[in-house]
Amino acid sequence: MSELIAKERDVVIPGEIIAKGMDYLPGINASRQGENIIANRTGLVEINGRVIKIIPLSGRYMPKEKDRVIGKIIDINLGGWRLDINSAYTAMLSMKEATSDFITKGADLTQYFDIGDYVITRITQVTSQKLVDVSMKGPGLGKLKNGRILSIKPNKVPRVIGKQGSMVNLIKEKTNCKIVVGQNGLVWIQGSPKDELKAVETIRMIEEKAHIPGLTDKIKEFLETNKQ
Amino acid sequence: MNKELRESILKSLKEGIRFDGRKLDEFRKIEVETGSINTAEGSAHVKIGNTEVLAGIKLQIEEPYPDTPDEGMMMVGMELLPLANPEFESGPPTEEAIEISRVIDRGIRESKCIDMKKLNVKKGEKSWAVMVDIAPINDAGNLLDAGSLAAILALKNTTMPEFDGEKIDYKKKTSKKLPLGKLPVSVTIAKIGDYFIVDPSSEEEEALDAKLTVASLDDGTLCAMQKAGYKPLSEDDIMKMIDMSLKAAKKLRVYHEKA
Repeated sequence: MSELIAKERDVVIPGEIIAKGMDYLPGINASRQGENIIANRTGLVEINGRVIKIIPLSGRYMPKEKDRVIGKIIDINLGGWRLDINSAYTAMLSMKEATSDFITKGADLTQYFDIGDYVITRITQVTSQKLVDVSMKGPGLGKLKNGRILSIKPNKVPRVIGKQGSMVNLIKEKTNCKIVVGQNGLVWIQGSPKDELKAVETIRMIEEKAHIPGLTDKIKEFLETNKQ
Repeated sequence: MNKELRESILKSLKEGIRFDGRKLDEFRKIEVETGSINTAEGSAHVKIGNTEVLAGIKLQIEEPYPDTPDEGMMMVGMELLPLANPEFESGPPTEEAIEISRVIDRGIRESKCIDMKKLNVKKGEKSWAVMVDIAPINDAGNLLDAGSLAAILALKNTTMPEFDGEKIDYKKKTSKKLPLGKLPVSVTIAKIGDYFIVDPSSEEEEALDAKLTVASLDDGTLCAMQKAGYKPLSEDDIMKMIDMSLKAAKKLRVYHEKA
């Protein structure tokens, strides 16, 4: 006999038993321990048929394949660049994934990216040992020039982007800023200084009020009333 | 991004606003709290924006220095804990940590705000030693001003423990305060390009050319100054920065009364 201990949308902490018995299956951020399904992260329980998953409320970014992330160059070695992707793990950008230029042996790699530069990349591979490979080949990927980098909580990223990018497009439109939201919680904003500040303020507000329903309308109102 | 960060900051300054939207002579939001540590004789907790600093005072009886047998002693220590900034590492104090603590020390010492003569108990044998320990909890720029404000507030908050001539009973606190006079305020002015700013944030600290810390009393007396950063300052620059810091010091002085 299987039984559910926690209800849907309950807040659980790591190690808490969500369900007993073999009828339920552990999904993302949940795992099986003997007969029980336990939570791996602090978050909300979501039950989809037999599968139980946890939507995390906090925590750092966990690299996932095909995610678009903003990274900071922290090291240059023989084969390419090492990136800090705001995660517990660093990512590797190999030379051949960064540019189609012919690079001679022993060339100075800082002419492409120097330490401290921010780049926007896509994760191509995450091994079981959490070695992360990123690529810069693809539309919209490359080095970020000017503007500013804002750090938000990675679990609030979907809220900032909105459904099919509705939220971020709204901010872009109202503030005349170029904005790129990386899945790892880093946001790049470029515009005039005043517009940039407006965008930062809006994103901070979304982060703070992420749980409120009808947020898009509130943000729209906020952006319009402050326009004058 | 260092070079580009600097360009972005300069671009904002050209329009008359800072990178985080403040005015050039505006502080971040300041919060102060005193007496937050029970085991210390005096303590203060200061927040300037996201910068957070905790200061504590311990008093003990020691033999005075041979050259000043009828005076008390003061020591200021600051350790840059890894807790405050991922770039800080544990171990022996870094150059930065020594600089910050010495500038704070000099501000307090040279303002003569503690009456050292009154801290002497028995000439040449026993004197009170005032230990000021400052711990940054979060570094979001301008640790120096935050640390200095915390140190002063903690000194103001200090009550002497009971001393019978032989032993100190730290559990019994008397109503006696430290013999304090006029209190100094340290304000750091940063120079980026042709602009002068008060209370630099961590982004601005990364991009600044030079900074000048000025400790002053409320009548405008300068007690101590320290210049940092790799670019030189002209005489004109220094005069402007002193004027600016004296003006800004008034805003910080308000917090001496509040806590």
